Amino acid sequence: MGREQISTQELARRIRRHAVEMTSRGGSSHVGAVLSLADIVAVLYGRVLRVRPDEPRWPGRDRFILSKGHAGAGVYAALAETGFFPVEKLRTHYQDGSDLSGHVSHKGIPGVELSTGSLGHGLSVGCGMAYAAKLDGKPHRVFVLLSDGECDEGSNWEAILFAGHHKLDNLVAIIDYNKIQSLDRVSRTLALEPFAEKWQAFGWAVREIDGHDHAALEAALTEIPVEADKPTCVIAHTVKGKGVSFMENTVLWHYRTAKGDELEAALRELEGQP
Amino acid sequence: MRDAFFRAIEGAARADDRVIFLTADLGYKLFDPFAAANPGRCLNLGVAEANMIGVAAGLALEGFRPFAYSIAPFATARCLEQIRNSLCGMGLPVVVCGVGAGYAYGVNGATHHGVDDLGLMRALPGMTVLSPCDPRETAALVLATLALDGPAYLRLGRGRDPVLPGTDGPVTIGRPTVLREGREIALVATGGVASEALAGAEMLARDGADPLVLSAHTVKPLGSLVEVLADREVHTVLTVEEHGPYGGLHEALCADAMTERWRARILRASAPDRFVHDPASQGALRRRSGIDAASLAAALGEARC
Repeated sequence: MGREQISTQELARRIRRHAVEMTSRGGSSHVGAVLSLADIVAVLYGRVLRVRPDEPRWPGRDRFILSKGHAGAGVYAALAETGFFPVEKLRTHYQDGSDLSGHVSHKGIPGVELSTGSLGHGLSVGCGMAYAAKLDGKPHRVFVLLSDGECDEGSNWEAILFAGHHKLDNLVAIIDYNKIQSLDRVSRTLALEPFAEKWQAFGWAVREIDGHDHAALEAALTEIPVEADKPTCVIAHTVKGKGVSFMENTVLWHYRTAKGDELEAALRELEGQP
Repeated sequence: MRDAFFRAIEGAARADDRVIFLTADLGYKLFDPFAAANPGRCLNLGVAEANMIGVAAGLALEGFRPFAYSIAPFATARCLEQIRNSLCGMGLPVVVCGVGAGYAYGVNGATHHGVDDLGLMRALPGMTVLSPCDPRETAALVLATLALDGPAYLRLGRGRDPVLPGTDGPVTIGRPTVLREGREIALVATGGVASEALAGAEMLARDGADPLVLSAHTVKPLGSLVEVLADREVHTVLTVEEHGPYGGLHEALCADAMTERWRARILRASAPDRFVHDPASQGALRRRSGIDAASLAAALGEARC
């Protein structure tokens, strides 16, 4: 398609800018959650996932599921910026009649494997895809991106047991561990720690990294499996609202939408201007 | 019916090499022949129904045709949202199989009674809801699901369901099976309790009536059910279901009759709208609910007088 090659840093910056604009235009929530995972998604789509934007259903593609569907704006932006559909379409996000719904949808959106929104569904479906790849002897990988609050859902732990038992080393769960869920901090809501040890005890290989460090993300997500015969869990320590100072690490910006001066200030920060 | 189901799954796997059987740790010994004949295509996921449905969705997205099996309430209510979002929402051809229709697990207690599954499954967009009356209908419907391009719920009796007359012909989703020809009055049953309806009809026949008996094996969509009844000039129907009064066959038929402007008296025989905390055998609970042959004959006989 003759698309410009951009760095993952630039891709992440564009995802953040789109996210702020999309959520502002439509008046939708969850901008903090999108800013949190922007670097993860940028490295996935920029460097890791074997996908073909011109052939979104290419059978050999790596599968990616956004289980924390409320951060769908970030995936829509990444797909648009990497050529799955025109960037202009992002302007329809959260508008009446648009197929770019607030929670990520597969219908009519090239590159989205699974509609999500209700939490705790993506990892089981990823397990099924990974198991299918094993049955068919296919080499593609399955990546599932979850939120930390989402790990409250018991269904995830059924899936975690399953993947460990069946040695699904073609499956990667990435946790966007920003330590904040809807109403409060994770530690004050339903503590996950010791988190890495839980995954390890269930038979997973775990890597803990800075989820905003692109080199670390690429290294962790490229060498799959980390350990033979084990699914991989990448716990990406992140900052909710990352990139916009007044949104960072606050519960407020899970639901709040930037308007007026706040929108201007957020976009200025993302442009790197004072 | 359960044994017929497992034999049919073996046939389905021969017909389509993408068939895969999933169970949430139920069906002791029943699927061993399938597992032996189809290595890798039989998966016990443990007591984890939500994950089973998610895994089924993932397999279906990759082109497999999963049958996901458990006891009716565990296969439906326990993992309802997984079925709703990942199967119906994605339009995936997964067959959710719920064994123990109605009171088949009678004395096991109310947790095991399948008396709300039809209503739960009917409410889901895009779901085909199948409730065969005997082993032959079960076998035919298992194969028929392979032609569907969306999800289905298959409700199964536990065992010992007799083979009924009339089920030896072709079975088509959305077209009721005529178990006994008749006119003017009808018993329309779904599931294994159709045997009670048929026996009740024979009691009425001995009194000079000529009741039609249908197996409404497809509860969603009802398809040609109203047409079949209207063709036989039926004016009084007794619906028979081993299911609570809400969301099942009776409501479905009433809704279709209203929208198709077909005028008839549509009576209901069903399980009660309550948990049975004083459980008993299936036969006893059918009698207690008024869905045994004698009660059905009495109810319809009274109505036609």
